[in-house]
Amino acid sequence: MKISEEQVRYVADLANLELTDQEVARMCLELGAILQYMDKLNELDTRHVEPMAQVLYEAEETATLREDVEGPTLGPEAALANAPLAGAGYFKVPKVIER
Amino acid sequence: MTPSEIRELTIEQVTQGLNARRFSAAELAQAALEFAQAENPATNAYLHFCPERALEAARRVDAKIAAGQNPGPLAGVPVAVKDVILTKGVRTTCASRLLERYVPPYDATAVIRLEQAGGVILGKTNCDEFAMGSSNENSAFGPVRNPLAPDRVPGGSSGGSAAAVAQGTALVALGSDTGGSIRQPASFCGIVGITPTYGRVSRYGLVAFASSLDHIGPFARNVRDAALLLQVIAGRDPMDSTSAFAPVPDYLAALDGNVRGVKVGLPREYFKDLTSQTGDCIARGVDLLRKLGCEIRDISLPHTEYAIACYYIICTAEASSNLARYDGVRYTRRSAHSETLGDMYRHSRGEGFGAECKRRIMLGTYVLSAGYYEAYYLKAQKVRTLIARDFTEAFRQVDAIVTPVSPFPAFRLGEKIADPLAMYLSDIYTITGSLAGIPCMSVPCGKTRDGLPVGMQILTRHFDEVGMLRLAYAFEQAGGAQL
Repeated sequence: MKISEEQVRYVADLANLELTDQEVARMCLELGAILQYMDKLNELDTRHVEPMAQVLYEAEETATLREDVEGPTLGPEAALANAPLAGAGYFKVPKVIER
Repeated sequence: MTPSEIRELTIEQVTQGLNARRFSAAELAQAALEFAQAENPATNAYLHFCPERALEAARRVDAKIAAGQNPGPLAGVPVAVKDVILTKGVRTTCASRLLERYVPPYDATAVIRLEQAGGVILGKTNCDEFAMGSSNENSAFGPVRNPLAPDRVPGGSSGGSAAAVAQGTALVALGSDTGGSIRQPASFCGIVGITPTYGRVSRYGLVAFASSLDHIGPFARNVRDAALLLQVIAGRDPMDSTSAFAPVPDYLAALDGNVRGVKVGLPREYFKDLTSQTGDCIARGVDLLRKLGCEIRDISLPHTEYAIACYYIICTAEASSNLARYDGVRYTRRSAHSETLGDMYRHSRGEGFGAECKRRIMLGTYVLSAGYYEAYYLKAQKVRTLIARDFTEAFRQVDAIVTPVSPFPAFRLGEKIADPLAMYLSDIYTITGSLAGIPCMSVPCGKTRDGLPVGMQILTRHFDEVGMLRLAYAFEQAGGAQL
């Protein structure tokens, strides 16, 4: 199985991921081979099986929700410390609104 | 303290040494740091060191001892921490160019707990980028070499943590495991590695890869030290809503060496093609368990052959969502080609991520995209139910399951990197337990004729770390590593 270049570029666009032409060519082959392997799952009839989104185990009932009280937070300075570009207490990004 | 002394230390010996004033925590920390830094060019196990933080932690231990207070169960113990676990003020890169300069504003819960117990963090260890890989060759900062065989990989993704413990610079280490990233490197490096029950150890401060599968767990050179570190980091954490409320039992009390009558299952699907030297080692390990009084039984986990496809759909889907946050806005790296917002996203990610991360983001995005979601992602979640059910059935007949950790011992650097699917297939024995969320561990089980260590995997029911550790300890004490 081979995935088309068009499909690879479409998925890369969904993922907001810039790929070089070389990377696109390699993805066509690699993703194709991996997805073909994954088709193995179609051998199984799962019509009456519930999907498992989380690990399930027997446990006593617990109060998972905490009291609705404010806890300590990072504060703007610490939260912005790793920003590539910040100013006036905000993350800065390229302009998105056209005049 | 000389390197050859540090290399042999156990946690119990550190405690005794501190209490008898044979050395101070600060002296041990200093000596371990020098040892680790001198050793690092040969293995690349550590990405960076944090000497100030280490010495500060050690001095706190010394002050407590001087004041007659209990310095904690890990007092003065040199620890290495995988660089996907956040350390406040100490760079945490996930072995990615993308986070090369990221300095976390808070500590992971596991880090807080181990420091409160007196542990001394020497530095952050190398790994596959964002914990994605089985050889540590996907690190943006170079691969790690196996300390036992420098032309071979240490395993992955937690290869640096395993190498640090195997070389002896750290007594114990924290790693993370999503599909085998603690157990497989532990087996390749001849040490003990534990993936606890899903939810047993808080993931607060673990950089997310696949949230329904991610675990934090310990590495150590012996079962007792691994159990001790697990004891310290386990337990409910309000900062992680998936962390379990179940009380944490006394793990050390389980180390009594008595496994008479324990029913051990060997899943026939794992052994039918295993004719390698690894298989011979595991067979000798099973003989030893039998001699110890275990009842060995043949069992079946019928959906094993679907596990890899199931796992790589679920983990890539979750990874593509989790890695969406690296968009050039918050986490240090932004592309110079950022004229528009869209360009900024695409180029920052295209330049920042390495090949394996890109592959998994693409796969994950594909299996979640319109028209494919049901065929791949939902299908995989249903197959996950079948795999988990296999274990539930098996644990009606046996108390523990024993398998190999990996089909082969440590392979050569570069040997498998060209074929991503072949690399994925090597995870066959570890990912089933991850999908079920049960506790699993690797314990040394002999060596191949070339002297490469083999790991035996032990799996038990949810939250039965006690049963798993009891079996591992009895096996180790009976000479399992020397088979």
